[in-house]
Amino acid sequence: MNNSLIIGQYVPGNSIVHRLDPRTKITIIFFFVFIVFFANTLISYGILTIFALTSMITSRVPIRFILKGLTPVWFLIVFTFILHLFVTKEGTLIFHLSIFKFYSGGVIQGLAISVRFFLLILVTSLLTLTTTPIEITDAIEDMLHPLNKIKFPVHELALMMSISLRFIPTLMQETDKISKAQASRGVDFRTGPIKDRAKAVVPLLVPLFVSAFKRAEELAMAMEARGYHGGEGRTKLRELKIGKHDILIYILFAFVIAILFYTRSY
Amino acid sequence: MDITFKNVSYIYQANSPFAHKAIDDLSFHIPSGSFVAVIGHTGSGKSTLIQHLNGLVKPTAGEVTIGDFHLTPEQKPKNMKELRSRVGVVFQYPEHQLFEETVEKDIAFGPENFGVSKSEIKHRIQQITPAVGLTEELLERSPFELSGGQMRRVAIAGVLAVRPDVLVLDEPTAGLDPRGQKEMMKMFYQLHQEQGLTTILVTHSMEDAVKYADHVIILNKGTKYMEGKPEAVFTQKKALNKVQLDVPEMVQFLNQFQTKLGKEIPFDRQSIKQVAQSIQQIIKGAESS
Repeated sequence: MNNSLIIGQYVPGNSIVHRLDPRTKITIIFFFVFIVFFANTLISYGILTIFALTSMITSRVPIRFILKGLTPVWFLIVFTFILHLFVTKEGTLIFHLSIFKFYSGGVIQGLAISVRFFLLILVTSLLTLTTTPIEITDAIEDMLHPLNKIKFPVHELALMMSISLRFIPTLMQETDKISKAQASRGVDFRTGPIKDRAKAVVPLLVPLFVSAFKRAEELAMAMEARGYHGGEGRTKLRELKIGKHDILIYILFAFVIAILFYTRSY
Repeated sequence: MDITFKNVSYIYQANSPFAHKAIDDLSFHIPSGSFVAVIGHTGSGKSTLIQHLNGLVKPTAGEVTIGDFHLTPEQKPKNMKELRSRVGVVFQYPEHQLFEETVEKDIAFGPENFGVSKSEIKHRIQQITPAVGLTEELLERSPFELSGGQMRRVAIAGVLAVRPDVLVLDEPTAGLDPRGQKEMMKMFYQLHQEQGLTTILVTHSMEDAVKYADHVIILNKGTKYMEGKPEAVFTQKKALNKVQLDVPEMVQFLNQFQTKLGKEIPFDRQSIKQVAQSIQQIIKGAESS
């Protein structure tokens, strides 16, 4: 079962960042992603970095979880930095190595892009680290609400999302159970030629699909039995509510944007 | 094959904030040919114990010995396949593992993996089908068309077709109708005796344990809580109640009999008929005196 039982990367907590309305978090991150690309001076980068790092620290998420989220993109960050070093030919020549010429513009550009990447990943992973998938779905349903007017099935979409999220751990357990049962019947998932290993997946997938379909049918039946009939007139157990903190964060974020545009060079 | 657990512990997700000790310093010995019932409340570590018997997990500490196979935290036996062919496990709800197009193919799947010849498999299927209570004409059907009880029988046949020396049963009768439960347990007991199997039955049912097992191990929170002969273990009402287990109905009856009538009939795994005879004797004795 390993670590797979934790859905997404949510780390339980009770910090201000955790308690913020998920809509606030999504909105702010949405705009943050945009304005990151407007920064072009040291101060403007500084202000965004301070904002991101402060959120990270106040969220009280252990640093190793955040680093874990960053691991897949380290390569990308380093790669773009190096690419800029070699390709950008602006500013003064600072280093000369046979046919390679490194310019100051390259270093600056490379650093700037890396910082942008880093900030983007940090802030977006902070969302999934401090918000449960269900909260995110609720927020998305609420924010997409206007689309109802053009007959877009917002509620159904949100329900599909939360049901699939809900059943990820169940399917994981099921996979674990069935693969063990088949292993005990002599299936070898780990060794042997690739052709045999691919074949070994069949005894795992067929029962998995069968039980998933069965489960879906049972769920549909149980929902109907309890009177579910779509989103019409349905109330919520967890009402989303914009609180004092949310308003404060919005104001703070507005300041950040204002300073950014004031300090960036045109 | 003798089975020995020596100070075995198993921790799920060790070294993480989600670490959970499923088995804690467990030791016991099961001699070859015995019928052992492992009883415990949900979460007492029964299923984890079973997975050790098949090398599906290795102990976090301690040593598991099954015949000539040794499982320690450092090493798994190299010939894992042979271990699995000699220890057959019927998991909980085994019908969930069916996948082939026909019943026959599904039963043959295990033996094929362990390299049994085609003609031998055919021979075994012919033997096993009636033994588990299936009929020949079902062999060509898809397992997914069968009833729940029949699917269970197919899955069990699939394990038995490997001809293991040790048979591990994880609540094999859960979810069956009462009659099916009885038939199935009878079948396992018959196989146990005829083929000289070592059988390990994980169950909630005190009645099954008292009827078939010659040794009982009671687990609680991953440790051994009690162990011994059924007649010795099942008469300790207080100790069993403490871990949310009940004594078998027969023991309850004999206890009630004693408190109401003041006559003791010692519990010795008697059948209903035998108890009736003992009562008859007591009443006759009372009348004649």
